[in-house]
Amino acid sequence: MNYLVGAFKPPCNVFISFADGRNRKQVVIEPIHGKKVEHNGVKIELLGQIELYFDRGNFYDFTSLVRELDIPGELYERKTYPFEFSSVEMPYESYNGVNVRLRYILKVTISRNYVSNIVEYQDFVVRNYTPPPSINNSIKMEVGIEDCLHIEFEYSKSKYHLKDVIIGKIYFLLVRIKLKNMELEIRRRESTGSGPNTYVETETLAKFELMDGSPVRGESIPIRLFLSPYELTPTYRNINNKFSVKYYLNLVLVDEEDRRYFKQQEITIYRLLES
Amino acid sequence: MGTVKMIAADGVEDEEKWLAAGIAGLKQNSFYMHRALDSNNLKDALKYSAQMLSELRTSRLSPHKYYELYMRAFDELRKLEMFFKEEGRRGCSIIDLYELVQHAGNILPRLYLLCTVGSVYIKSKEAPSKDVLKDLVEMCRGIQHPVRGLFLRSYLAQVSRDKLPDIGSEYEGDADTVVDAVEFVLQNFTEMNKLWVRMQHQGPTREKEKREKERSELRDLVGKNLHVLSQIEGIDLDMYKDSVLSRVLEQVVNCKDELAQYYLMDCIIQVFPDEYHLQTLDVLLGAFPQLQPTVDIKTVLSRLMERLSNYAASSADVLPEFLQVEAFSKLNNAIGKVIEAQPDMPILGVITLYSSLLTFTLHVHPDRLDYADQVLGACVRKLSGEGELEDNKATKQIVKLLSAPLEKYNDIIMALKLSNYPRVMEYLDSQTNKVMATVIIQSIMKNKTHISTADRVEALFELIKGLIKDLDGAHDDEVDEDDFKEEQNSVACLIQMLYNDDPEEMFKIICMVRKHILAGGPKRLPFTVPPLVYSSLKLVRQLQGHEENPFGEEESTTPKKIFQLLNQIVETLYNIPAPELALQLYLQCAEAANDCDLEPVAYQFFTQAYILYEEEISDSRAQVTAIHLIIGTLQRMHVFGVENRDTLTHKATGYSAKLLKKPDQCRAVYACSHLFWVDDQDNVKDGERVLLCLKRALRIANAAQQMSNAARGSAGSVTLFVEILNKYLYFYEKGNPQITVAAIQSLIELITTEMQSDSSTPDPAADDFFASTLRYIEFQKQKGGAIGEKYEPIKV
Repeated sequence: MNYLVGAFKPPCNVFISFADGRNRKQVVIEPIHGKKVEHNGVKIELLGQIELYFDRGNFYDFTSLVRELDIPGELYERKTYPFEFSSVEMPYESYNGVNVRLRYILKVTISRNYVSNIVEYQDFVVRNYTPPPSINNSIKMEVGIEDCLHIEFEYSKSKYHLKDVIIGKIYFLLVRIKLKNMELEIRRRESTGSGPNTYVETETLAKFELMDGSPVRGESIPIRLFLSPYELTPTYRNINNKFSVKYYLNLVLVDEEDRRYFKQQEITIYRLLES
Repeated sequence: MGTVKMIAADGVEDEEKWLAAGIAGLKQNSFYMHRALDSNNLKDALKYSAQMLSELRTSRLSPHKYYELYMRAFDELRKLEMFFKEEGRRGCSIIDLYELVQHAGNILPRLYLLCTVGSVYIKSKEAPSKDVLKDLVEMCRGIQHPVRGLFLRSYLAQVSRDKLPDIGSEYEGDADTVVDAVEFVLQNFTEMNKLWVRMQHQGPTREKEKREKERSELRDLVGKNLHVLSQIEGIDLDMYKDSVLSRVLEQVVNCKDELAQYYLMDCIIQVFPDEYHLQTLDVLLGAFPQLQPTVDIKTVLSRLMERLSNYAASSADVLPEFLQVEAFSKLNNAIGKVIEAQPDMPILGVITLYSSLLTFTLHVHPDRLDYADQVLGACVRKLSGEGELEDNKATKQIVKLLSAPLEKYNDIIMALKLSNYPRVMEYLDSQTNKVMATVIIQSIMKNKTHISTADRVEALFELIKGLIKDLDGAHDDEVDEDDFKEEQNSVACLIQMLYNDDPEEMFKIICMVRKHILAGGPKRLPFTVPPLVYSSLKLVRQLQGHEENPFGEEESTTPKKIFQLLNQIVETLYNIPAPELALQLYLQCAEAANDCDLEPVAYQFFTQAYILYEEEISDSRAQVTAIHLIIGTLQRMHVFGVENRDTLTHKATGYSAKLLKKPDQCRAVYACSHLFWVDDQDNVKDGERVLLCLKRALRIANAAQQMSNAARGSAGSVTLFVEILNKYLYFYEKGNPQITVAAIQSLIELITTEMQSDSSTPDPAADDFFASTLRYIEFQKQKGGAIGEKYEPIKV
């Protein structure tokens, strides 16, 4: 059977490389020991794809660009094709979620007659940086259960970059229940699809204890949560009408009977260009 | 009961188990931590140290056991700190480290690590000490659990105490550096105190008592902050006055917790310097009335006053400070306010407070008796609202209060000037009153205090009236006889101590004493009258040397006046009755009158004595004693004219002959012989009557001998004869012509015969007496000269 395997093996190796990620991008085609590769042309495509897992097999290409690398002919030896996709719009970041994947691919196709085309893929990651928001209000809110628990909390900002730190405080206005502890959770809410076919997946990425014990009226508890240890992405809103990824701060108070009182607030995460 | 105990025991056992488990977990994680430290694996070191510190998150241990666990963690953290220090040296940014430890998900380990890195951070001086400290103390707010919070903050206090931005410290910051240091310590103190106070509300009510005990064990964690505060060099008096003290007091007052308030007030007083207290008395004292009504203020205030007293005693230089700040009136006011604010304060507390204040003023203002009197006055006002004092401790405290001035001045006169002193004493029960009076008398004795005016005597007797008379409601039957004697003896001693050189004043003193002791009743008079009588006689002796009343002033004191008074004084013994004592005293008076040449007075005293003898003294033994006293005294009297003397001697001889027992009769009669022959009085040399007495004595001795024969079949002793022989010899020697050698000779023979008689009872004492009498005769013979000649004829 071995000869058969050999027979069906592609007659060449294809390498796609970004020499320095910006210029000298090239495709190298190297026929296997002196074999001849006949083809109807070589092309490279840049694809931006959204893949919904529940909708298996369906890719939505939101970006598709093609460059012809070679006209039909025969290859006897290693050949290098530099390529360039200049001014491509890549509006979305790569994302690998629970129910959805957004990826960018370079696809090299060697078209052949009678036999299947030779195709090689190369994924690459796109990150989009955002300038610091011009408006970044604090989140401040008073919540409570009547005659039972009144708190006021404040997060210094509503928009955080990925290495940011959440500063804030919780002020206890009224405490009639015996609290045990308080924690701040970072939750990611990924929603995919639309209309009746919306799938929502929530993950708790961080559980950060803020307070141990039972405070009394008048106490204020500081918050300082560094975001860097957690694997966050920026907030994605309605990406190509296919999915959204949102982040929430969930303040949870637990009483001695393990009842949980919580208040969830959305925050926006963005990627700040590191200088 | 049994079940409850079992559960409690199980609880203790469980706790041991939890502790053991905690220690095991801590050890295991510290082992991995050390391994990570050894291989410079920062990430693992942080991971395992956080896990190790997670053992401190337990709620199952009592503070005592928790402390044990904490101390183990503390030791491990020291090692971690060393590692962090080295990390900094190896180039790992301390700021990064400071962030890195904050990634820990659990707050308690996170904060312990933060404090540990924070300590290194300050040492690195990459950030001002004040900023790091402020951050640490703020972040620690996350621990609201009392025990865990207290220990965490205590850890913070521990690692930061040598890193405060104090003046002169290597961490000194900008202009306000001390303020920053103070702010930090104060904030940590305030938060710790809040946690500590809150601890009492944790857990079930039934365990409240246990919890309070546990809280008490933790108090030093809180108090340590005040200690750190007191160690800050940069806090000068102005700063202490303007901010530090008021901030601390604000917290103390506002926490409204008895235990905390008591402990912290005491803490403040103990940790800060005396001169600061003195300069901030207003503020400090102002806090006391605001404390909870159940706080044991008396102890705290007393300690404050004690400290200030010692401070005042330490150096005379500081005294002007006390005056300048009017320390006394401030303390006095404060005490008044506290008592007002705490209407339920037991009387013991009130007295303790005043007692401390008194000690204070005695030390600080020894010259201001009016202050001391004010204190006593305030005490009286408070006591007067109380009614019967039944609290034993309170009574003891009053004794302490009253003893303070005596101890201070060693002089009762000072106390006598305190008008409120006796008024305080009135509130003592009679027993204690007596004790106090005894203390006063002992003080006088010990210091030989000279009490020299009637006014002071009056005041003194007012003080010791518990000994002088029966107080209302006192129960005599409870008094021990010996105790009573001892008390009265001390009063007697006291009476002897009252003395003034000026006769007028002395007379007044005597009158004053008399007035008081007369109220003492029959049991006391026998003790108190004699010293007064002797005291008066002393005055008489003092006067007798002087010419009577050189200025002719009517009021002036004369022996006559004194004798009149003495007469009345002794008379009081009639009613007791104490006739023997009265008789003795009359005779003493008579002798004094004799020395003053006051015949009628002397005669009067003798008459009184005779009347007593006749009417009151019926016991034969007492009669014997009395008659000898009378004879002895009368013999010495020279003031009487012939007639008076005859009357008195006649009576005396008569009494003698009427004694019950023959030997007594005999002895009294031969003693009477001396009444007729006085060596230094030429007019009293009646040899005939001397002989009559002696003959009569011989007759009685004979009769006694015969009575003895009749009653017992044997002759009595010859003692009486030997005694009479001695009298013969005496008068013979004195030259009484009526006493002849023949009479002596026959008496010797009589005695010899009697002694040789078969019926005589052997009496070695009498034999010896006789033998020595004979030897005396021989001795006199051998003397030669006039005496030898006189004795020569007597044959032995």
